[in-house]
Amino acid sequence: MRVYLDNAATTKMSSTAMEAMLPYMDTVYGNPSSLHSAGQAAAEALITARRRIADCIGASPKEITFTSGGSEADNQAILSAARAGEKKGRKHIISTAFEHHAVLHTLQKLEKEGFEITLLDVHENGIVLPQQVADAVRDDTCLVSVMYANNEIGTIQPIEAIGKICREKGVLFHTDAVQAAGHLSINVEEQNIDMLSLSAHKFHGPKGIGILYARAGVPLAPLIEGGAQEWGRRAGTENIPAIVGMAAALEEACTHREDNAKRLCSLRDKLIAGLWQIPHAILNGDAAKRLPGNVSFCFEGIEGESLLLLLDDKGICASSGSACTSGSLDPSHVLLAIGRVHDIAHGSLRLTLSEENTEEQIAYTVEAVKEAVAYLRSFSPVWHDLVSGRKEFVIK
Amino acid sequence: MALYSEKVMDHFRNPRNTGVIENADGVGEVGNAKCGDIMKIYLKIEDDIIEDARFETFGCASAIASSSMATELIKKRPVSEALALTNQAVVEALDGLPAHKVHCSVLAKEAIEKALQDYYGKQDAADCQIQKWRRS
Ligand SMILES: Cc1ncc(COP(=O)(O)O)c(C=O)c1O
Ligand SMILES: [Zn+2]
Repeated sequence: MRVYLDNAATTKMSSTAMEAMLPYMDTVYGNPSSLHSAGQAAAEALITARRRIADCIGASPKEITFTSGGSEADNQAILSAARAGEKKGRKHIISTAFEHHAVLHTLQKLEKEGFEITLLDVHENGIVLPQQVADAVRDDTCLVSVMYANNEIGTIQPIEAIGKICREKGVLFHTDAVQAAGHLSINVEEQNIDMLSLSAHKFHGPKGIGILYARAGVPLAPLIEGGAQEWGRRAGTENIPAIVGMAAALEEACTHREDNAKRLCSLRDKLIAGLWQIPHAILNGDAAKRLPGNVSFCFEGIEGESLLLLLDDKGICASSGSACTSGSLDPSHVLLAIGRVHDIAHGSLRLTLSEENTEEQIAYTVEAVKEAVAYLRSFSPVWHDLVSGRKEFVIK
Repeated sequence: MALYSEKVMDHFRNPRNTGVIENADGVGEVGNAKCGDIMKIYLKIEDDIIEDARFETFGCASAIASSSMATELIKKRPVSEALALTNQAVVEALDGLPAHKVHCSVLAKEAIEKALQDYYGKQDAADCQIQKWRRS
């Protein structure tokens, strides 16, 4: 059996998106900046796609900037707010400890330039409280950036309430909604969002394309200089096929969002219940306030990379936050941020579902994980010490 | 291209010599859970020959494969050869490891070294015991 359970890493493209793209690689190949009819046909596609995407998130088309994906959108959002803040002497930014590296590394860069960065604690359940934001805002704060949903543990942040606080205090609010799009409702108006990042390949669209939403009046500093595309916010000939594919994918995901979420939640909860039967296992992140398709566990006494490879042998594609999968000595900063100690964080497993997964696949996966964990524990010196009482279990 | 060689995957999927030796002549444990790999090697030694070598490993595929291969390389060999084992020999026997995984082979070598130190330590203690007993 082949079971793809790494949809937070990337998703399979939907046939709707693929079919929507084909004409733009075949007959409609013009450059939207060209004045001739071939170019204008492409320009029209660009306008339509932008409007469809804007509609999905409650924005107006001019507030949408196409980027190469979530990372670029995050970089541009933060750097733009920082450049604008700097001019007014506001060099303080608030974010959380478990943001994506596209956010954290950009903040680190700004810190070296003299910005002050406050990273809020996300507690054991992986959720930041609006009050923490309110308490952290200062006169010189120029930006609050809090992700909508975490990519590793799937926890959903109270962005609407955070946005409200930012509005009241006159601070820009950016949210990385890369993992949320297609799974949670997004409305930039109702949710008080000033800037928002999306990435198409997380919702069955093509890779290498995303958007940065920026409320009218929020100035964007271009990361790429050149032509006047995207109102000067991002130079370079637009990737029309990808943009059209993204619009089709987002629209499809938003249309079926509630039905899909219901189905996914049911599969997710079965998977969670199954894995909870494994002794000394713990769910990472709040059990209820999490993405419909996210399951993240730590298993005491084993290491994640070997678990992944054993699962891969059984046809199951999963991921882990263990150090050995990241190429560094430290396990995932997300798991450390929710207070998992190193030993435990190394034994993590992330399974992220899509609409294509079935009950049968979930049952198969539960059995495969149980077997693999038991097998790895059978020759783990850590497990040996735990069961013989020489060491105390961290996960009861 | 796969991350690991076929040899590594074979020793990962079917590790040789896993388990514990009760009353081992030498035991060596290295690494810690903080860095993500722990290896424990057990040796049974008779007449300066490693009669049996077993391991327990917490770690990635390359850590498991390195322990498996290292125990294979020293089994039924004289202690002097085990002492001379290099991590490079483990890497070569596995048809290579990715650069950031070479540390796993170093751990295997160090675990064996530590088990042999333990063995010699016990021997010294035993010799002392015998001398004490003779003196009394
Ligand atoms: C939360 C989050 N932000 C940003 C990104 C980066 O998106 P992209 O791969 O499109 O650059 C990802 C994807 O890994 C993500 O999960
Ligand atoms: Zn390792």
